[in-house]
Amino acid sequence: MQLKKMTPRRLWILAGYAAAAAALFSAPMFVSDFRLNLLAKFLAFAIVALGLDLIWGYTGILSLGHGIFFGLGAYAMAMYLKLEAGGGKLPDFMGWSGLKELPLFWQPFGSFGFAAAAGIALPAILALVLGYFTFRNRIRGVYFTILTQALVIITTTLLIGQQAFTGGTNGVTGYSEVLGFPLGSPDTKRALYWITVAALIVIFLFCRFIVGSRFGKVLRAIRDGENRVRFIGYNPAIYQMVIFAISAGIAGMAGMLFVLHVGIISPSMLGIVPSIEMVLWVAIGGRGTLVGAALGAILMNWAKSEFSTAYPEGWTLFMGLLFVIVVVFMPKGVAGLIGQINFRKKRREPNHEGVRNPAV
Amino acid sequence: MDVYVLQLFNGLSISSILLLVALGLAITFGLMKVINMAHGELIMIGAYSTYLTQNLFKDYLPESMFDWYFVLAIPVSFGIAFVFGLILEMSLIRFLYGRPLDSLLATWGVGLVLQQVARSIFGAPNVAVKSPTWLDGGLRIVDGTLLPYKRLFIIALVIVCLAAMYVYIYRSHEGRRMRAVMQNRDMAACLGVSTRRVDSMTFAIGSGIAGIAGCALTLMGPIGPSLGTYYIVDAFMVVVLGGVGKLVGTVLGAVGIGMFNTLFEYWTNASLGKVLVFVCIVAFLQWRPMGLVAMRTRSLD
Repeated sequence: MQLKKMTPRRLWILAGYAAAAAALFSAPMFVSDFRLNLLAKFLAFAIVALGLDLIWGYTGILSLGHGIFFGLGAYAMAMYLKLEAGGGKLPDFMGWSGLKELPLFWQPFGSFGFAAAAGIALPAILALVLGYFTFRNRIRGVYFTILTQALVIITTTLLIGQQAFTGGTNGVTGYSEVLGFPLGSPDTKRALYWITVAALIVIFLFCRFIVGSRFGKVLRAIRDGENRVRFIGYNPAIYQMVIFAISAGIAGMAGMLFVLHVGIISPSMLGIVPSIEMVLWVAIGGRGTLVGAALGAILMNWAKSEFSTAYPEGWTLFMGLLFVIVVVFMPKGVAGLIGQINFRKKRREPNHEGVRNPAV
Repeated sequence: MDVYVLQLFNGLSISSILLLVALGLAITFGLMKVINMAHGELIMIGAYSTYLTQNLFKDYLPESMFDWYFVLAIPVSFGIAFVFGLILEMSLIRFLYGRPLDSLLATWGVGLVLQQVARSIFGAPNVAVKSPTWLDGGLRIVDGTLLPYKRLFIIALVIVCLAAMYVYIYRSHEGRRMRAVMQNRDMAACLGVSTRRVDSMTFAIGSGIAGIAGCALTLMGPIGPSLGTYYIVDAFMVVVLGGVGKLVGTVLGAVGIGMFNTLFEYWTNASLGKVLVFVCIVAFLQWRPMGLVAMRTRSLD
C-alpha cells in the first residue's frame, strides 16, 4: 500500500468518517431505547447494502437473492437463540408438528460459536455453489438475476413447507437470552447496538480494502467489459464467484445481527419483496459508492418506519415511483447526484467511468 | 393407469398456463432485451378487464346473454393490456433500452404502483369471476377420469394464441420487420425499418398476450391485485430455460417446467418439487447455457 497524499479534501472526508463513527457510538446517550433498537436494525441493513454494493455497484452483477443470504444468517442465529431459550427442550413449533426429538441438523446450533460461524459460512457456500454453476458457464446479466430470484422463491416455499423444521410462516421467535445475557434488558440491547456499529465499521473498512485493492480493480474491469478482461487473460468467473460469496457472507452476518435486535425471523422477511428492497437502498444511495449504499439503507428504512405505518398505501406508491425515478433519472443515486454537482462546479473532464460502446 | 393420465393432463394444463404467461415475456425479452417485471401486473389488468366485462354483462344485458361475456372478454383483455403496454413503452421503457438490469428495476416499480392502484380501485380482497356455464363440467374419458372443460379450454386458447403468434411473426410483413430488428437492429434501421415503431408494437403485443393470460386465469380461481406475482418468476424461468429468439424454445421450456413440476410434486411434495425443478434447470443450463433453443449468432454479448 502506498501512502496517499493528505490533501485537504481527503482530510475533510476522514474527519467526516470519524464524526459519523463518533455519532453512532454515542447515540445511546441521546436517543430512547426504542429508537436505538430501530437504529440498530437499520445499521444491520446498511451492512447488507454494503455487501450488495460490492457485487452490484462494483462488479455489475445484480442479485435479487440477497434476502436469502440475509435470511440464512438470521435463521442460523435464530436456531441458536431458540435452543438457548428452550433450555434443552424441543422448540415449541416442533412439538406442534409432532416432532419427537431435535432434527440432526439443528443439534450443532446449540453452540453459539457454531451458529455464528454457520451464519456467515452457509450463505457464502450457497453463493459459491450457485456462482460456480452459473458464472463458469458465462450465465450472467439478467439470466443470473432471474436465477437468484428463483432461488428466493424456492427457499421461501421450502421454509414455509417444511414447517416442522423451520417454523413455517410464523418463522422462529420467542427467544430469551444470548450467551447468558437476557435479550430484553436495555444493557444487552445497548451492547448489541455497539457490536452492530463496530461490525458496520469493520465491514465498511473491509469493503474499502477490497475495492481499493488490485482485486477490486479487476472487479470494476469486469463490470465495464467482461470480455476484455477475459481476453487479457483473467478468468472473470473466479472473481465473480469470490465476490458473490463475500457479499453473501456479509449479508448473512447482517442477518444474525438483525435477529438479535428484532427477535423474530420469518419467511416474509426474506422473500422477493425484501430482497428487491435491498437493491433499492443501494440504488437510491448510489451504487458504486460504499458510503452511498450504507446511507441509502439507513435513510430508506428510517423513512419507511416513519411513513409506512401512517400511510401504508401511499408508501407502496411512493416506493414504486422512487424505483422508476431513481433508475431513469439518477442511475448513480444520491451520492452520484452530489458527485455530479461537485463535478459541474469544478471542471469539465472526459468521463472515464464505464465504457459506453465497448468494441468487444 | 388413470392416475398417470390425470398427472399428464395436469402437467399439460400447468404448461399451457405457463406458456400463456411466458409467451408475452419471450417476445419482449427476446426482441428488446427488456425485462418487464410489470408483466405480472399486465396479467392482473387482463384479469380485471374480464371481471369488468362480466359485471357490464350482468348489469346491462339480459341474463340469457351472460354466458357469452367470456367470448368478448378475451379481446377486451387483450385490448386494454395492449394499450397499457403501449403507454408503458412510450413513457418509460423507451429510455431504458440497452440497460436490461435497470429496466428490470424500473418495471418492478411500475408493477408496484399498478398493484397499489388496483388495490385502491377494486379493494385488496380477491374478487371472483363467474365462469360461463358452458365451461362447467368436463370431458369423461375411460375409467371415469374427468378432464375439466376449463382446463381444456385454456389449452385450446394457448394453441390458438401460439398459432396467431406464429402467423404474425413468421408470415406477416410486421413480423418480418420484427425478426429483422431482433437479429440485427442497426442493419434493420439502415434498411429503413422504423425500429422505434417495431419496438412499440412488439412491446404492446407482448402486453396484450399477458392480458389474455389474465383473462384465462380468471377461470382458475378468484383474482386479486397480486395475481401476477405468483406466475412471473416461473414465467421468467420458462424464458431462461427455453432460450430467447424462437417461439419453439418457449413452448419447450413451458412444457418441460410444467411437466417436471407436476411430476416432482406428485413424487415428493409441493415445496420439494419446486426445489427439484430449480436444480434441474440449473443443471440443464450447465449443458446449454443459452437455453434449449438459442439463436445462432457470432456477436459476443
